[in-house]
Amino acid sequence: MNHSISLTVNGARRDFVLDDPRVTLLDLLRERLHLTGTKKGCDRGQCGACTILVDGKRINSCLALAISHDGADILTIEGVARGDQLHPVQAAFIAHDGFQCGFCTPGQIMSAIGMMQEAQAGNDPERVRECMSGNLCRCGAYAGIVDAVLEAQAGMDESNQRRSA
Amino acid sequence: MKRFDYVRPATVAEAVAAAAQPGATYLAAGTNLLDLMKGGVSRPDRLVDVTHLDGLDGIETLADGSLRIGALVSNADLAHDASFAKSYPAVAEALLSGASAQLRNAATVGGNLLQRTRCAYFYDTASRCNKREAGTGCDARDGENRSHAVLGWSESCIATHPSDFCVPLVALDAIVEIEGRSGRREIALEELHRLPGSTPERESALEPGDLIVAVRLPAAAREFAAHARYLKVRERTSYAFAVVSAAAALRIENGRIAEARLALGGVAAKPWRARAAEDVLRGVAPTADAFQEAAWRALTDAKPSGDNAFKIELARRIVVRALTLAAVGTPARIPALPASPFASTSGAIHA
Amino acid sequence: MPELNLSSAPAHLRHGSNIGQPLTRRDGVLKVKGQATYAADNHPPGMLFAVMAVSTIARGRVTSLDVAAAKRHPGVVDVMTPDHKPELAIDPEIKTNPFVFRMEVLQSNEVRYANQPIAVVIAETLEAATEGAALLAPRYETLPPLVGLDAGESFVPPVVGVGNPTENHRGDVEAALASAEKQIDATYETPPQYHNAMEPHAIVAAWEGDRLQVDMPTQGLMLSLARIAELFGIAHDKIHIRSPFLGGGFGSKGLMSGPPTLGIMAAKLVGKPVKLVLRREQMYGPVGHRAPTRQRLRIGTDGEGRLAALDHHARTVSSTFDDFYEPAADASHTLYAAPAIRTSHDAVRVNTGTPLFMRAPGEATGSIALESAIDEMAWACGIDPLAFRLKNYAEVEPITGKPFSSKALRACYEQGAARFGWAKRPLQPRQMRDDSGLLVGWGMGTATFPALMFQAEARAVLRRDGTGAMEIGAHDMGQGAWTALAQIAADELGLDIDNVEFKAGTSDLPDAGIAGGSAHTATAGAAIHSAGAAVIAKLADLATGDERSPLFGAGNAGVIARDGRLIRRDDESRSESYAEILARAGVAEVEARGTGAPNPAAMEEYAMHAHGAVFAEVKVDPELGQVRVTRMVGAFAAGRIVNPRMVQSQLFGGMIWGMSFALHEEAITDRRSGRIMNANLGEYHIPVNADVPPLDVITVEEHDPHVNALGIKGVGEIGITGSAGAVANAVWHATGVRVRRFPIRIEELLTQR
Repeated sequence: MNHSISLTVNGARRDFVLDDPRVTLLDLLRERLHLTGTKKGCDRGQCGACTILVDGKRINSCLALAISHDGADILTIEGVARGDQLHPVQAAFIAHDGFQCGFCTPGQIMSAIGMMQEAQAGNDPERVRECMSGNLCRCGAYAGIVDAVLEAQAGMDESNQRRSA
Repeated sequence: MKRFDYVRPATVAEAVAAAAQPGATYLAAGTNLLDLMKGGVSRPDRLVDVTHLDGLDGIETLADGSLRIGALVSNADLAHDASFAKSYPAVAEALLSGASAQLRNAATVGGNLLQRTRCAYFYDTASRCNKREAGTGCDARDGENRSHAVLGWSESCIATHPSDFCVPLVALDAIVEIEGRSGRREIALEELHRLPGSTPERESALEPGDLIVAVRLPAAAREFAAHARYLKVRERTSYAFAVVSAAAALRIENGRIAEARLALGGVAAKPWRARAAEDVLRGVAPTADAFQEAAWRALTDAKPSGDNAFKIELARRIVVRALTLAAVGTPARIPALPASPFASTSGAIHA
Repeated sequence: MPELNLSSAPAHLRHGSNIGQPLTRRDGVLKVKGQATYAADNHPPGMLFAVMAVSTIARGRVTSLDVAAAKRHPGVVDVMTPDHKPELAIDPEIKTNPFVFRMEVLQSNEVRYANQPIAVVIAETLEAATEGAALLAPRYETLPPLVGLDAGESFVPPVVGVGNPTENHRGDVEAALASAEKQIDATYETPPQYHNAMEPHAIVAAWEGDRLQVDMPTQGLMLSLARIAELFGIAHDKIHIRSPFLGGGFGSKGLMSGPPTLGIMAAKLVGKPVKLVLRREQMYGPVGHRAPTRQRLRIGTDGEGRLAALDHHARTVSSTFDDFYEPAADASHTLYAAPAIRTSHDAVRVNTGTPLFMRAPGEATGSIALESAIDEMAWACGIDPLAFRLKNYAEVEPITGKPFSSKALRACYEQGAARFGWAKRPLQPRQMRDDSGLLVGWGMGTATFPALMFQAEARAVLRRDGTGAMEIGAHDMGQGAWTALAQIAADELGLDIDNVEFKAGTSDLPDAGIAGGSAHTATAGAAIHSAGAAVIAKLADLATGDERSPLFGAGNAGVIARDGRLIRRDDESRSESYAEILARAGVAEVEARGTGAPNPAAMEEYAMHAHGAVFAEVKVDPELGQVRVTRMVGAFAAGRIVNPRMVQSQLFGGMIWGMSFALHEEAITDRRSGRIMNANLGEYHIPVNADVPPLDVITVEEHDPHVNALGIKGVGEIGITGSAGAVANAVWHATGVRVRRFPIRIEELLTQR
């Protein structure tokens, strides 16, 4: 049975017919929309490489059926930078060497952006570590990841202050 | 993943009717169900998607002072609800100690209650498992079973229930609202999960088509807010299931425990309410000796189901610690490492 | 890799462009934007999806597969089985060279281990291929599997690791032990571990007539290419492999394994491009792992704590059908100056995929046992563990008596201990608590890893527009080859790094050797060094032989290449740009090749190793037994550091692997079925962010004129060694409980309060 669904992906509305209800958001993005920045590390919600934002919240796209998310607003790593201008989290990951092989990186960055919007960790390194623990990094770039997130968070706090001043 | 029909009902009644058919199952966030379907553990013919139903995602205080949490409220939204966390801190702490931020954002209250065991033999479809396939046997019984049950298990099944959330909920007398073919009913959460006995395949009191629509915390549950903790021993600091966990909640009046609530996680096929331990604490001062006594009472009936005798001793110790932490008082803010022994433990460890 | 546009890092982050500068990653922008193309990200037109079905038994044979059921599933195109597959040009059981390992590619119905591929389903969608594989519902004839370190009769393998002797000795160990003043005799166990790179093994294979295009992560482009060529009977120049980025390798993507071979076969079978990606659970079998070990250490000292004897025996396993033996005991060859040393190995065969190289193979397993035993010996002597190690410091390599090419270990001990505050450590265990009552323990370990070199070739080009190119089929698994090798290339060409086109990651480039053994930067770097020297020499010939050049008559040895100019060494006012030289000579470019290789004479003369000292602090809940590492300091001497930023990341990563070895990682095998019960990332625990404390790395300056032309020793693996033992020793120091089975489990620490 075919199902018509529509999604907003990185700001653009996408309407399509899904011929198979088994397709996850992750496989939809990677294999059908060819947005391969989002990675499949475990396909079972145990590594975080597939993290995307759905309606502003970070989730594991491997455990989400596309058909169930009809109408959702999706942000993937491809939609984070403005052209050549990197998102502050992206720039901070480069500056702090928050990755080695880079495979978990899109998920880490999406998770960090989602975490900052959740506003639970603030600038406390221990809370950042805890709140980023859903993203495994086998290369062991955690120190750089935490530093990158803290720097991006500080930049965001600063610009918020400036805006409210 | 087996092919299935996808159904998106417009009303709860439609959902119940659609899910009552053989081979049908409810889909909420799918964080557990899709994992099971990908592993071939669950092979439903029909998914009834309840995520688009209206009215199941609210948190409201009822006239009698109880709190009603819609079944589709996400684990994260509930834990981060400031007034919820203030009133039911152990529940919020338990929620935040479970899984990862991504999973908590998706996973629902109703789904958390119904998550399946992490027993490796249940997950491994080549193994015999009475829970997965009734009557086939239990390969965990003589297998790699250091993480298995020490309470309430049977020769048929030694699996544990993995939820953190359910542990403080059961301690606080949570009630589950169910919509079924014969209308709405409610049961105590403690009655929702069944011990295995000789029918481990029957995990809950739900009948075909039954949909959990809400969880209710009675008004009295709020009275423990000042002395309530959840504590969870894990094999890594975060993103791991409990080896053993405990929720402890005390109502302390004039230096004495007016009422105690205690439940254990990771030890049985259900969140384990330790009423015998609660009884010995009623009316006594919150002392180390009293907590030790409670811990012994809580584990009186425990016995190893395999290479897991250590879990009995660990459970006793975690009970003592959780009670001690609860007596010290609920922290103003949930610790950076929720429910972790490495969260603030000031004064709770005996040198 | 023409489509790969390596962007420079943001300008404000740049510090320069020479060796030794902490440049940010040149592939960083691609990676943070999700634009770095890993193998599974490719989608050639018409591509189909292939999914493996794997065995659930560990020993026996497949008696039936329900191929019809799979084919009935909509979208399934074909099912590849032992009865229906393209034939290979040679029997994959034949070991044509020591780097060929046997693979399961549907040559028979035999099952040798759990998770062995037994069929491949090819379909139009991933969903159909996945379910098609499940519908095969294999039936088996099952035999009792061999499981564990006591599975059967043990034997002494002919060699361990890659050609290492199984036994080594110096002096009379038994006599020295018998007459030693103090002795310990301790047995340690380490579990099977799986690489678990974040990127699952993947291949996109496309046949175009008799040509084969392959996208596949590999740590050895040329080894993979040669293996594919022999398996499929095609010439090397008909195969093109792209591997611009690996999502981690750690040894598991070094040699051609079964699954990518199946992907190529599947593409041939259906006549269309095919993508085959391993599911996470399928990575626990056909792509290698670290074998379990049981290691017995007997150590003796004199009355002053000077080592008299060190005996290290390791039991390990290999598969029932191939040979790789974790050389764990060899870790005792280099570190401690015992006059009598013996190392030996034996093994049993079990029903497992063949164990292989996994980050620091032998060194990691051996190190945690050796460093634990040294700690136990120091305690038995009543001596501080650092003082004990200094007392037994090896001035020459103990097993061979050779001098070290360089060894700044003493400085590592000193600087690491000072940074950590080791001097305040109480000798007795279980003495320290933090404010909340948690037990605190401090432990240390010595790190060591050999400085290896393989063979590589590079091609250097200087162009008339003033730019240059360096071509080498190097591999970036995350260690930073795109950046570090480009830095070397820029220096060797005398150009700004932005004027160097650095090409790597494809099989049509010169052979860079294997990215393993912590030797890739040294090996590829040496080739780049020599190619650079050769091309500059050619350019200098053009200039110094031309009387119109200001460099006329300066001779080859008389110029310096810097900033795109050749400069007279004796008169720096006289110089000429590369562009001017080439323009006047009327050539578009000059090119030259160079090679990197080990120096046999130096190897004969010297023992070559990197060293380090790791200090760890753990906290342990005294009642609940949960452990957390709260601080680690590692000081490492590894020769020349090409890029300090990336070296730090590599060392951090290694230290985290060490922590993981001590506290987390373990594959749990059901002893009846031989199946791995935690073949996932939920229950096979690797550290999460919250497990990792602030880490501190010191790189100790070390100049080594012997290891290679650039003085590089390599840092990819040394970080695990020392670290695992340091964490284990810290747990003992915190609790007073010596755990000799790894990873350390909660229940072992519940014995006391």
